[in-house]
Amino acid sequence: MADVARTGGVFPRAYGGGAAGGRGEPANLADILERVLDRGVVIVGDIRVNLLDVELLTIKLRLLIASVDTARELGIDWWEHDPWLTGKSRDLVEENRRLRRRLAAAEEGRLTGAEERRLTRAEEGRAIGAEERPPARTEEERPERRSPRGADERGVRRPAREPGEERRGG
Amino acid sequence: MAEVGTYLYAITLGAGGAPPADVPGVAGAPVRTVTHDDLVAYVSPVPLDRFGEEPLRRSLEDLDWVGETARAHHRVVEAVAGRAPTAPVRLVTIYSSEDQVRDLLHRRRDDFAAVLARVAGRREWGVKVYANPVTAGSPAEGEGLAEAEKPGTAYLRRRRESLRSRDEAWRAAAAHAERVHAELAAVAVASRRHRPQDPQLSGRDDWMVLNGAYLVEEERGEEFTAAVDALRGQGVEVELTGPWAPYSFTAMDLGTADEEDAR
Repeated sequence: MADVARTGGVFPRAYGGGAAGGRGEPANLADILERVLDRGVVIVGDIRVNLLDVELLTIKLRLLIASVDTARELGIDWWEHDPWLTGKSRDLVEENRRLRRRLAAAEEGRLTGAEERRLTRAEEGRAIGAEERPPARTEEERPERRSPRGADERGVRRPAREPGEERRGG
Repeated sequence: MAEVGTYLYAITLGAGGAPPADVPGVAGAPVRTVTHDDLVAYVSPVPLDRFGEEPLRRSLEDLDWVGETARAHHRVVEAVAGRAPTAPVRLVTIYSSEDQVRDLLHRRRDDFAAVLARVAGRREWGVKVYANPVTAGSPAEGEGLAEAEKPGTAYLRRRRESLRSRDEAWRAAAAHAERVHAELAAVAVASRRHRPQDPQLSGRDDWMVLNGAYLVEEERGEEFTAAVDALRGQGVEVELTGPWAPYSFTAMDLGTADEEDAR
């Protein structure tokens, strides 16, 4: 898996040689793995290798490929809580509501500068702390998915002010 | 010489399925057939010093090995599936002898016959739908208000707009995926929605909003691909793969011989 960062995926995208004479695009290895590891007939032969028992395969590959049912049996269900995969976006709805409330307050001038800064920082802290995702992903690999509160937020973050200034502002 | 096991690729219905001579099996060995009544199992010999329980456990940690083996397995399955109704068997299913495989066909004949009857004359197509989060969800830029606002207020407003537009983009893409799935399922005999592939597996950054499999009558293949083409564009990317052996429609868990004895 050390290759992941370099290639942008576990495997090169197009391996070709899927279904001969097919009209679809050539099958890539991801599609093949998904099928041969997770579908079709499951029989335990005389050589007993339970794919679910293989440690690394479990960690790396099962996480990537496991069907919903298989993964739930393994207790892997992170995508059910990932707003970008579920579309439920409960966290985002909540955050949006909170931001709307505070924006309204700020526009009415009810917040002092220091209060606003403090709230903004707390918000950023919360957002960063909430970014818990499967270990296989890193910020560098998956900026969009991993952090819905990602690049655009960093782009507008204000430079820190001097502590003294903050006291004056308050 | 190392002991030899019997690697099982697929089970098909109907005689006449000579082993695919030009397609070697997982260890480079020629593929053979084991028959019982009207069922044919495709197998090849594998050395147990590489395909025994312990060596396999180690090999399965090696993703290059897994990839290579998966492709060899898949090649045999596809070669077979082009000629007869086929039930692919999961990767690295290994028996101690061909007699054990024959015994399996005998014991589970009715199960296999039922599954194979369901997929006869039909092929599986894969359709994935991607939405690009950048183009789909980029926030509105350069509003004149920004300069006049206090920085904190501007930050909060942009933050809110960004969240909202991405949220809406996701909803729109997910809704579109529902429509694509519904339209394709209407042409298919059966359909399955699989979990979206992880970006590390797909190698793509955009959102996979649909990972569908469709079992389609062979004579309706063109109609199906035309339906897929009609759904292209519209702000999403539609990827068609196949036809495949019916991997997604032959799922059955036969457990182990021990479990059977216990029943």
